[in-house]
Amino acid sequence: MTAEKLASESHSSQRREMTGAEMVVQALIDQGVTDIFGYPGGAVLPIYDELFQQDRINHILVRHEQGAGHAAEGYARSTGKVGVMLVTSGPGATNAVTPLQDALMDSIPLVCISGQVPTSLIGSDAFQECDTVGITRPCTKHNWLVKDVNDLARVLHEAFHVAKTGRPGPVLVDVPKDVQFATGIYTPPEVSPRTSYHPRIQGDIEAIKQAVALMLTAKRPVIYSGGGVINSGNEASKLLRELVELTNFPITSTLMGLGAYPASGKNWLGMLGMHGTYEANMTMHDCDVMVNIGARFDDRITGRISGFSPNSKKIHIDIDPSSINKAVRVDVPVIGDVAHVLEDMIRLIRASSTKPDEKAMGAWWSQIDKWRSRKSLSYTRNKDVIMPQYALERLYALTKDRDTYITTEVGQHQMWAAQFYHFEKPNRWMTSGGLGTMGYGLPAALGVQIAHPDSLVIDIAGDASVQMNMQEMSAAVQYEAPIKIFILNNQYMGMVRQWQQLLHGNRLSHSYTEALPDFVKLAEAYGGHGIRCEKPGDLDDAIQEMIDVKKPVLFDCRVANLANCFPMIPSGKAHNEMLLPDEATDDAVANAIDAKGRQLV
Amino acid sequence: MNAQNLASGSAYFIAKETELPVTTVLSVLVDNEPGVLARVIGLFSGRGYNIESLTVSETEHEQHLSRITIVTRGTPHILDQIRHQLERIVPVHRVVDLSVRADELGQSGPIQRELALVKVAGLGEHRNEALRLADAFHAKVSDATTEHFIFEITGKGSKIDQFIAIMKPLGLVEICRTGVAAMNRGPRGM
Repeated sequence: MTAEKLASESHSSQRREMTGAEMVVQALIDQGVTDIFGYPGGAVLPIYDELFQQDRINHILVRHEQGAGHAAEGYARSTGKVGVMLVTSGPGATNAVTPLQDALMDSIPLVCISGQVPTSLIGSDAFQECDTVGITRPCTKHNWLVKDVNDLARVLHEAFHVAKTGRPGPVLVDVPKDVQFATGIYTPPEVSPRTSYHPRIQGDIEAIKQAVALMLTAKRPVIYSGGGVINSGNEASKLLRELVELTNFPITSTLMGLGAYPASGKNWLGMLGMHGTYEANMTMHDCDVMVNIGARFDDRITGRISGFSPNSKKIHIDIDPSSINKAVRVDVPVIGDVAHVLEDMIRLIRASSTKPDEKAMGAWWSQIDKWRSRKSLSYTRNKDVIMPQYALERLYALTKDRDTYITTEVGQHQMWAAQFYHFEKPNRWMTSGGLGTMGYGLPAALGVQIAHPDSLVIDIAGDASVQMNMQEMSAAVQYEAPIKIFILNNQYMGMVRQWQQLLHGNRLSHSYTEALPDFVKLAEAYGGHGIRCEKPGDLDDAIQEMIDVKKPVLFDCRVANLANCFPMIPSGKAHNEMLLPDEATDDAVANAIDAKGRQLV
Repeated sequence: MNAQNLASGSAYFIAKETELPVTTVLSVLVDNEPGVLARVIGLFSGRGYNIESLTVSETEHEQHLSRITIVTRGTPHILDQIRHQLERIVPVHRVVDLSVRADELGQSGPIQRELALVKVAGLGEHRNEALRLADAFHAKVSDATTEHFIFEITGKGSKIDQFIAIMKPLGLVEICRTGVAAMNRGPRGM
């Protein structure tokens, strides 16, 4: 970097007079933002005018504000940085609600900057006015309406601080148009000027000691890790691997936590929960000490609470005190950042004279091996029809040695992806877990590809979900983002249908899509590349073609229409009451859930 | 959703509550900034918690701090959740469960006071009786004509309830109550 450029940069982050719109761009630069996702409109035009006159911030024009949000989420999850979206007032802001809630539930750091009608018009039902801070208050970690240009820089910096610290989450800054035009003093970033917000990072050492003592006397331990490990950063994943190595404990993970521990690791049990493996769920059910690291006992994980791991002592590491004892009562809560707590934990374990009980661990592992031999993910192959599981096995085999990132939509394909695509590293898996947002995967893939232009980015999609944000194909083509949309097309909303079979007497109410688009033609219409594959024998070549094409691809993978996703813990059942694929006859499926379970979701 | 889930204040597979609900008083110290009250009450409505009484006013003008006093009801587990959820709100400085604190201090409960304005209109014996009873309750007459009184009464909620019940047959017209202000006994602050 030249001395001149350095000087101009140091100048740029000093206090100086500028317009509100300039401040927005300057704050983004000072926060290290390089890419943002957005859509212009009347109330953000001054900011767009500033964007036009600079080249430090790369703006990606999406086709719908929801797409901007999910793209920013994908960007954030795959980089560990804060995702940024820029939207206009009114419909721009309301379209941002879904990704904001999605980011809130999955703890994704996101900053949404929204335009607002001029302050003098707020409350007058002006054109494209809505109560943005009111609407987004429950779906953000915090939000601000900035009425004075002299507060704008401070608020923007605070917004980034709140989004990325503690339990990360989405924030929104609403900037009225007159504030964007007004001139004020820009202030550079400072460390949290707020006195009220102090997320706890370091774990209480006494609690950690207690946890370690419990772990070292365990006879049937299990580690249950979650998205918190990934959010904590690469160091946390490294420490998690070290902890597993050190203790030889079996480890399972939630949907959000996949990749923190490598799927090829010998202690890996696979994902747990509603569509988790038999070995993971049985290990959870029968364990005597459970170590929850950065997960939140979500209802998709626990099954029936009263039957959830009934005989275990539970340790829970979480940065958010409200996660402790929310769904499941725990014995040893440790509040803090995963990496910090694991570091202390590993140090204490190394220093301890007590070592894990090898004999008990041997017996525990042989029990686990018996559960593993049940092969709960097995399915019957078919030489005429592509089984969805087979499609994902082949996709994995042909992409695992590449620099690959996977996103998904929501439904059966998502669960199959979690079961059959194996992750070795964190930040490689982007999926909508908490909110379950159909339409997440395609724009998220766009966001990932913008962050990693040379990587292979694949959205494992379903034919129903993918249509919810299909318009972002147009953005992908515009930015030459060669995302690969791998559609497991069974013409059904498969998960909806599966539940109708389980709960509603096989009455398939509106879960069949009568008129699907021709995805190949659709890809071509957007200027991308379309592939259709109908036979298992053609699959490998077709996947290879998808990888080789340097364009956005819609891959219409025609799979067995009626395949269902197993194993499964039906609603209202416990971990040891799983429905396994070979037991899932039509009768068993129809009667799997009793009247009480039917009321649950 | 069934009744047990409703009662637990959360959704889905929450185990049946075996604990009994109790009433408690929360003191919440917050930055007095736009929207802060909406955040607090939005949390209660959004998560299905109860608010039995709510009082809010700026208490430290220089620091722009407001103190919100909330009387709520739930099982100890839910009350714990409410406290933690409140602490997550960015402009919240501190949350103290005054009832739990009183227990820790070996006291019967926090001091709770409410102020009420009670308008009573009437003539003759009813009017005299109202005045006599107001005197017995140490209520002050804040406004009067030959046809009405406005009584100002301060005390525990139960005392005010009782006063209002007695005034009903004597020509009660309207009531305004402030909600509970509360603090723990002893020299320590929240």
